[in-house]
Amino acid sequence: MRAMVYRGPYRLRVEEKDRPAIEHPNDAIIKVTRAAICGSDLHLYHGMMPDTRVGMTFGHEFVGVVDEVGPSVRNVQPGDRVMVPFNVYCGSCFFCARGLFSNCHNVNPNATAVGGIYGYSHTCGGYDGGQAEYVRVPFADIGPRQIPEWMDDDDAVLLTDALATGYFGAQLGDIVEGDVVVVFGAGPVGLYAAKSAWLMGAGRVIVIDHLDYRLEKAAAFAHAETYNFGVYDDIVVHLKKITDHLGADVAIDAVGAEADGNLLQHVTAAKLKLQGGSPVALNWAIDSVRKGGNVSVMGAYGPMFSAVKFGDALNKGLTLRMNQCPVKRQWPRLFEHIRNGYLKPSDIVTHRIPLEHIAEAYHIFSAKLDGCIKPLIVPNPA
Amino acid sequence: MAYTADKPKLAESSDELRARIPGWGVDLDPKDRPSVPQERFDPTLNGAHWEFPERQPEKWPRERSIEHKFLTPVFGTSCPPKGLSGMIRRYSYRRYSEGRAAHWLLLLAADRVDAVESTFASFLTRHPDNPITETGVLSEFTHHGLPSRLGGKRVDRLHHPLDPVLVAAPWVLAAGVAYLALRRVAGRSTQD
Repeated sequence: MRAMVYRGPYRLRVEEKDRPAIEHPNDAIIKVTRAAICGSDLHLYHGMMPDTRVGMTFGHEFVGVVDEVGPSVRNVQPGDRVMVPFNVYCGSCFFCARGLFSNCHNVNPNATAVGGIYGYSHTCGGYDGGQAEYVRVPFADIGPRQIPEWMDDDDAVLLTDALATGYFGAQLGDIVEGDVVVVFGAGPVGLYAAKSAWLMGAGRVIVIDHLDYRLEKAAAFAHAETYNFGVYDDIVVHLKKITDHLGADVAIDAVGAEADGNLLQHVTAAKLKLQGGSPVALNWAIDSVRKGGNVSVMGAYGPMFSAVKFGDALNKGLTLRMNQCPVKRQWPRLFEHIRNGYLKPSDIVTHRIPLEHIAEAYHIFSAKLDGCIKPLIVPNPA
Repeated sequence: MAYTADKPKLAESSDELRARIPGWGVDLDPKDRPSVPQERFDPTLNGAHWEFPERQPEKWPRERSIEHKFLTPVFGTSCPPKGLSGMIRRYSYRRYSEGRAAHWLLLLAADRVDAVESTFASFLTRHPDNPITETGVLSEFTHHGLPSRLGGKRVDRLHHPLDPVLVAAPWVLAAGVAYLALRRVAGRSTQD
């Protein structure tokens, strides 16, 4: 089969690989019809995530058709059109039994601090991902579900991570009616978090980024008030000024490990790999939220230490909440919102690129060329 | 507004927002949201028909965190450790917990060694690594590279020049080592 293969930092190619096999009775093999590149895939692509091995296939956002199932699989069958959450999870451990699907204890031998994630290094379990023609899906009775007939693949693939994560991020902010919500990052997760904040009754939604085309999208798609931090000497002071010097009630970090805005932080983290991530957006969230406010962290960071302003978080009495999103918990409600026309996930898709050109897709997304917000990958063009 | 007990007034009321923004307030009740509460005990929630999953066969000694009691019943089988990078990875997993910086720094070092090993190995195959096609850099010419980088107030312009340096450095280094090695061999043959 054809599959994207990592070759080292900033390098990947499409290779012929063995089709994945059933390795456990509850496995399924999915023929991928649509995949996406996530902003967090760029951390792998840039060599930031420890134990990212040459030869691995990335991709934790994908949908497809069931091609083969193991002997114990009951809930899906060959021919089913399915969507697969980015979490690999067993459904039965201490954490899964409490709804913490992203924290499953039975699927990642390499680390206890994170569950299993498709195509996201051995630190997240060593599973190949879905930027390929076929992918192995463990616990096929637990994670995947049939895509509703009324939903197209472009919308479904965005429910496997980006939309679910943005919606989850807004929930972790504990938004109440009339709250001022500031979202750092106008990438896919930030756009969805901003849009979701309104669903939860926000009174004002502000989005911060340095890319004008993404801020334009935040204004149009998420009805947000937008500011380019590159224009301001100090974005935190600006945010204080526009919130009567109290700060926002809720701040959401939708940027993560490669945040810009402080050259030293960015270079030490993203280029020299001396930190788990560049916490510029997180520090701005801590600084710009009001005392007693909530900070929700949706940006992905590596497992090493990062220079976070923890003292200010303590002194301000903040609540910091974060997790990888337990995707399937979000689906029933998100299906309703999509059916009711409150959300149209694929409105943020800017590029649809064949698998054979995935190296270009990563470069375009990484360098933010061509107005790129969300690139989808088409492994099996019709 | 002075620093008083009042919350600053919003520009739009809830009714105005409901009228302007599709779906405003449909998830207004904080208790009625899918991830609230974060922990909700329900062993039947997921449809698992096992108490503990059957174990996947271990086809090679699978490296694992020493913070785990045992090898998890299911695991990924992509890219078994190999070569020098594999030795470093195995040592890191065997010796250090996830709480130690040494664990992660060794894994990052192994990643870099793996990239070098794999690139050299690729030269012995029919598909040697090609930094031009593998970096996707030609999309700079087909997808508005320069205008995209120069437009607006992008702050990442400051560190863009570092990317080609990071990509090219190992290749330049390898070329330099190869050149020195060849020169030494050539020097010896001349002396003979």
